[in-house]
Amino acid sequence: MSQFKFWNDVNSLLSLDGPITKGPQPRWERKKTNNPLSGNSSLNSSKQRSLSSSCINTSKTPSKESDNCGLRSKTPSKTPLVKAKTPTPNKNARTPGGDRFIPSRVASNLELGQFKLSQDENEPVNPTAKELQKVINENIPGCSNASRKILSYKYKAPSAPEGFQNPMRVLYSQTKTPASIRNTNRHIPQAPDRILDAPDIVDDYYLNLMDWGSNNILAAALGSRVYLWNAGTGNIDQLLELEGNDYVCSLAWIQDGDCLAVGTTEGTIELWDCSRSKRLRIMDGHSARVGSLAWNSYILSSGCRSGQIIHHDVRQREHIVATISAHTQEVCGLKWSPDRKYLASGGNDNVLNIWAAVNEGYHSEITPLHVFTQHQAAVKALAWCPWQPHVLASGGGTADRHIRVWNCNTGTCINSTDTKSQVCALLWAENYKELVSGHGFANNEVNIWKYPAMTKVAELNGHTARVLHLAMSPDGTTILSAGADETLRLWQCFVKDPVKAKSKECAVKSKPSALKQCIR
Amino acid sequence: MATAAVKSKSAITVKGSAEIVCDYLNYGINSILYQRGLYPPENFQATENYGLNILMSTDNKIKEYLSTVLAQLKEWLLKRLVNKVALIITNVKTLEVMERWDFKVEYEGDVEQGEAQTSDKPLKQIKNEIRDVLKQITSSVTYLPLLDCLCSFDIQVYTKDDIELPKEWAEGEPANIKNAQSVKMRSFSTNIHKMETVVTYRNED
Repeated sequence: MSQFKFWNDVNSLLSLDGPITKGPQPRWERKKTNNPLSGNSSLNSSKQRSLSSSCINTSKTPSKESDNCGLRSKTPSKTPLVKAKTPTPNKNARTPGGDRFIPSRVASNLELGQFKLSQDENEPVNPTAKELQKVINENIPGCSNASRKILSYKYKAPSAPEGFQNPMRVLYSQTKTPASIRNTNRHIPQAPDRILDAPDIVDDYYLNLMDWGSNNILAAALGSRVYLWNAGTGNIDQLLELEGNDYVCSLAWIQDGDCLAVGTTEGTIELWDCSRSKRLRIMDGHSARVGSLAWNSYILSSGCRSGQIIHHDVRQREHIVATISAHTQEVCGLKWSPDRKYLASGGNDNVLNIWAAVNEGYHSEITPLHVFTQHQAAVKALAWCPWQPHVLASGGGTADRHIRVWNCNTGTCINSTDTKSQVCALLWAENYKELVSGHGFANNEVNIWKYPAMTKVAELNGHTARVLHLAMSPDGTTILSAGADETLRLWQCFVKDPVKAKSKECAVKSKPSALKQCIR
Repeated sequence: MATAAVKSKSAITVKGSAEIVCDYLNYGINSILYQRGLYPPENFQATENYGLNILMSTDNKIKEYLSTVLAQLKEWLLKRLVNKVALIITNVKTLEVMERWDFKVEYEGDVEQGEAQTSDKPLKQIKNEIRDVLKQITSSVTYLPLLDCLCSFDIQVYTKDDIELPKEWAEGEPANIKNAQSVKMRSFSTNIHKMETVVTYRNED
């Protein structure tokens, strides 16, 4: 027998993973014998119990037969058996008790754990599928996924020719319109002559916040205030300030004199005598803000957000001469022709209307003479040609980007130019027979075009936000651009060439020569 | 008899309503093709309707395609089989769906009457409603992302299940857009058909 004992001793010495039978007792065993009813061990066992009971609860979860989990049961009927077995690991001396928790592999349900872990990972997938189903069901009212069909015609329409590029690209890129091939021999300064600050200028495409009067005073509306800048002396005066949250929506000087009309958010129009800084009268009549104003002698025409145009006789107590439902949306452009025969109105409804003046009067008919619907966006920029009074230039907004020139006697479009940018303002320069346009994104530039060729003469860059308004000095040499970047820039682009001016004088002098006229 | 005659004068029949809807779709789809820059602008011609200048394609193949599809659609609208018409714009090279215009159809009024149903909504009012939607479509270029690739379009008609599949028509898969954003336009109604226009586009970034 002794050899057996020896053999056993050798075996136990060689097997490292077996229980240590010799040597000092492990610490946890010593502790256990010291206080066998310690709270820790009971806590431990209760944990094991709860684990095994959860094992019962999840009996429905599909799992493969596993050999290491004897506690797992498929049916709840086996519960008593499980309960009887639960304490076993506790009885096992190898199960650690004491001060730390060592999970019992036998008691824990690995498959349950696996399921719970993988379920968490799967969760984000399920909601997206659900969401998709929801969207599908929502999009097809009264029809669930099962009971619908999506049909399409087999023979599709052809796609655009290869190499074709989306023309809308111009809206998103910095492409510039091709410059004129024929260079002008005139020097156009590329930098502004002067820059004025315009803090709080309202960045609203639909308003008309600047006008340069014949008295050489520039009126500019900045938020609720109107300032007058005397271009001759350089003096700046504040004319008025509106109360509350109101702001100025439009400004217009009378043709000759110091009378300034101011349209407000309240729908009222104030008339100011600027030589005395005194308000002359307030005229009401509109239900919404007055975004555009135009004078024709003693008649002031005003365009409103409601789409109405009202002609006011400023001399009379009952000032409303006519009310016209001109547009379905805000009237943002309004101009009388220089010969006072036509009124042009542009609206946010993309329509440009031409109204004829009434016989022997200064207001217009109530039905439009021409209705131009060619613009694909709001028509704000309007300018009448000073040397051909029946010619009107109009510019469209972002979706349109065209400058169109109209003959209002015949009602035809003479010219149409894609500017590749929102047209915010237009001006004619009589000195050189050119057209000036103010643009929005992407270059925020002021362009000068030769008329009628419509070739680009110059580009004036500098504004960092769109050029909202343009105005010309009464002598026709300087233009002023108001940008949404809160600056007013003065550009001296149309200074008369002294040599040319002289030759013109000579031409006038030599005109009486009948012979020369015959030769021509 | 006399009253019936008077009634039919101002009333819109189911057939008339379907025609209004198809007319709108024709102008709307052409306008989208132009405004979204799918085809060269020189292939379009301005046509006046609804008090607007709408650019219509002059390409014979596109015209033919649209007229065939819309003629078939009109038939289905009469039978109230259509739930939605979708204009799908796909990248030609990657076949990725770039944009989807949904024209959802709802049937209003007394559906029980079948084809005898009429509506007394004035035509002018309907046209005004359509004009407002078309204007919104035109101005949508200001916020929709640029389609900076060669694109083609397809029209899918979402119908009820019990439809007879005509020759030359095939069933398709719904066109879903990744990271989509939708903008709802105004809707218009003939009191028989109500049409809601929604554009869904891919949100960059």
